[in-house]
Amino acid sequence: MGDVLAIAEQRDGRIRPVANEVVTVAASVAEGFGGTAHAVLLGGAGVGEHAGDLGGFGAEVVHVGEDPALEGHLPETHAAVIAEVVRSHGYTVVLFGATALGKDLAPRVAARIDAPLASDVTRVETEGDRVVGVRPIYGGKALARVGFEASPAVLSLRPNAFGTNGSQAAGRIEPFTPTIPEGVRTRIVDFQAAQSGSVDVDEASVIVSGGRGMKGAEHWSLLEDLRGALGPGTALGASRAVVDAGWRPHGEQVGQTGKTVAPRLYFAVGISGAIQHLAGMRTSQTIVAINKDPDAPIFAVADYGIVGDAFDVLPGLTAEIAALRAEG
Amino acid sequence: MDIIVCVKRVPDTETRIRFSDGATAIEPEGVKYILSPYDEFALEAALRASEASEGGQVTVMTLGEEDSQETLRAALAAGADAAVLLSAQGSVTMDGLATAKALASELKNRKEQLVLFGVKAGDDDQQQVGPMVATLLERPCASNVVSFEMGEGVIRCDRAVEGGTEVVEMDLPAIVTLTKGAFELRYASLKGIMAAKKKPLEVKDADLAQARLTVERLDYPPERAQGRIVGEGVEAVPELVRLLRDEAKVL
Ligand SMILES: Cc1cc2nc3c(=O)[nH]c(=O)nc-3n(C[C@H](O)[C@H](O)[C@H](O)COP(=O)(O)OP(=O)(O)OC[C@H]3O[C@@H](n4cnc5c(N)ncnc54)[C@H](O)[C@@H]3O)c2cc1C
Ligand SMILES: Nc1ncnc2c1ncn2[C@@H]1O[C@H](COP(=O)(O)O)[C@@H](O)[C@H]1O
Repeated sequence: MGDVLAIAEQRDGRIRPVANEVVTVAASVAEGFGGTAHAVLLGGAGVGEHAGDLGGFGAEVVHVGEDPALEGHLPETHAAVIAEVVRSHGYTVVLFGATALGKDLAPRVAARIDAPLASDVTRVETEGDRVVGVRPIYGGKALARVGFEASPAVLSLRPNAFGTNGSQAAGRIEPFTPTIPEGVRTRIVDFQAAQSGSVDVDEASVIVSGGRGMKGAEHWSLLEDLRGALGPGTALGASRAVVDAGWRPHGEQVGQTGKTVAPRLYFAVGISGAIQHLAGMRTSQTIVAINKDPDAPIFAVADYGIVGDAFDVLPGLTAEIAALRAEG
Repeated sequence: MDIIVCVKRVPDTETRIRFSDGATAIEPEGVKYILSPYDEFALEAALRASEASEGGQVTVMTLGEEDSQETLRAALAAGADAAVLLSAQGSVTMDGLATAKALASELKNRKEQLVLFGVKAGDDDQQQVGPMVATLLERPCASNVVSFEMGEGVIRCDRAVEGGTEVVEMDLPAIVTLTKGAFELRYASLKGIMAAKKKPLEVKDADLAQARLTVERLDYPPERAQGRIVGEGVEAVPELVRLLRDEAKVL
C-alpha cells in the first residue's frame, strides 16, 4: 500500500497552482513508500474537465466528485466528502495546501478520520515507511521535526515552500458520486469581494509589503505601481503598524498575527523588521529591504538592501523593473 | 447569552526561545508567558457580545498545567466572569486532535451555545483546535472570523477569506475561531485585577489522550546568508535589479 492522497484546491472551477504543488509532494512521498499518488478534486458540474492535468505533477488517479453542493466552499460538506474518499481507499498520507481554505478544511477532515494533523509544513521526508514533516513553531524561532503515531498522517503544506515538478503525463480520472451530508447548519449569505483580480498574499509568488515608513494610506499607489511592474502573481502586504493605523486591511498583514508567507521575492519597504513581522516572512526565498535607517533589523534578514528614502527609491525601482520586463 | 472562550498560555512573542541539542521542547527558564494573542481577540469579542446582550456569563477555559492558572486570572482581570482549568495529566502537546478531544469532552456537558477560539495559538501555530472541536461535537464552525452578531437562534459572522469577506450564518450551538477584529483590546484595570481574585476558578482533571503527533527534534532555523547593502538611494536601483535578475534569478 502506501498510497498518498493530495487534496486539489480549485476556485471558480479552476485548479489552483497550489494543487500542482501538493500533488508534486504527494508523488515524491508515494515514491518513497513505493505507493502511488492520487488526487481528489471536488466542485460543481464540469470541475473535472482539466483534472487530468494533475497527472502531469504525478497523480496517477484523480478522483473527481461533482455536485452542485460542492460548488461553494461549505467546509462541512467538503470535509465529509473528503473523509469518505480517504476511508474508502485507505491512504497512509493525506496532503492539503495550507491556504485559507486548506487550513479551514484539514482539521475538520483530520477530526472525522481520527488522524493527527501537522499544519503549515515546510518540508516533508520519508524514512522507511514513515513520513516526517518539518514545521516552524514559535513564530519561526524553531523548526519542529514531527512524526506520526497513526495512519493516515495528515499534513498541510505551506504554499510555495515546495515547488512543482511537471511532466507530460495525464492522470486517470475516476469520477465518483459524492454523498452530500444533510442538515448542514452553515449558510453562506454574502460575499464582499475586496479588490477584484488581486492575488492573495498567502499564495503570491512576489509580495510588495509596506510599513509605517510609507507615512500614510495615500502613498500606497507607489507600492501598487511596483506591484504592477512586477506583473501577475504579485500581491501587496503590510506590517501590523500599517494595519493598526487603518491604512490597509488586516488580510494583507504579514507576521505572527497575520499571514505567514514564503514567496520567491519579498520586498519590505519602510518596515523595521520586528520579530513578529519576521515570523511571517523569513522563509521567503529572496528578501529585499528598502529603509532609510541603515541599522533597521530588517537588513539582518534581507538578501539585498537599499538604504534610502522609499519615496525616492520606489519610482526608480518601478521604472527599472518595468523596463526589464518590457525587454522580455 | 453565555459564552465560553478556549484560551492557551504561550510564550510571549518577544521571548527568546532556547533549547539544547536534540531537545524536543524548549527550556522554560526565563520565558515570559502570555495569553495567546488571538485568544485575546476571542476574549474581547466575547466580552463585547455579552455586554451587547446585557447579561450572560463569559467563561474562559484552558487545558494546561498548574501555571495556566495565572493566564486564567489575567483573563478574569480583563473581564471574564469565571474560569475552568482542565488539568492535564502529562503535558499538552502539539497534537491538536488530542487537545480538541479533551476540550470537547468537557464542552459537551456545558450549556453555552457559543464557544470561541483563537484562529491559531501563538506557540504551535497549528490552526486546528477550533474546527476539530466543532467536528467532534458535530456543531457548525466558522473560522477566521473578524466580527459576529447574534440573532434568534443563529449567529452571523464576517469571515476574512481569500479575496474578500464572506458572511456566514450558523444555527446555534456553534463554534467560531477569531482573527484580529477591528476593535481595540481592553487592558486589565487595577480594579479588574483585584476583582479577579474573587472570581471562580474551577480546576478539573482532564482526560487527555496520548499524543499521536510527536516532536522528534527541534532545530534553530537556518541563519539567512549574510545579505548585502547594495547601495544608498535611487542610485542603487540598477545594481539591485541586476542582482535580482542575474544572481538571485527572481525577476
Ligand atoms: C503580540 C504581537 C503580535 C504582533 N504581530 C505582528 C504581525 O503579525 N506583523 C507585524 O508586522 N507586526 C506585528 N507586531 C508588531 C511589531 O512588533 C511592530 O510593531 C511592527 O511590525 C512595526 O511595523 P513597521 O515596521 O511598519 O513600523 P516601525 O517599526 O515604526 O518601522 C518603520 C520603519 O520605516 C523606516 N522608515 C521611515 N520612513 C522611511 C522612509 N521615508 N523611507 C524608508 N524607510 C522609512 C524606519 O526607519 C523604520 O525602520 C506584533 C506585536 C505584538 C506585540
Ligand atoms: N491547551 C489548550 N487549552 C484551551 N484552548 C486551546 C488549547 N490549545 C489550543 N486552544 C485553542 O485553540 C486555538 C487554536 O490553537 P492551535 O490549533 O493549537 O493553533 C487557540 O487559539 C485556543 O483558542
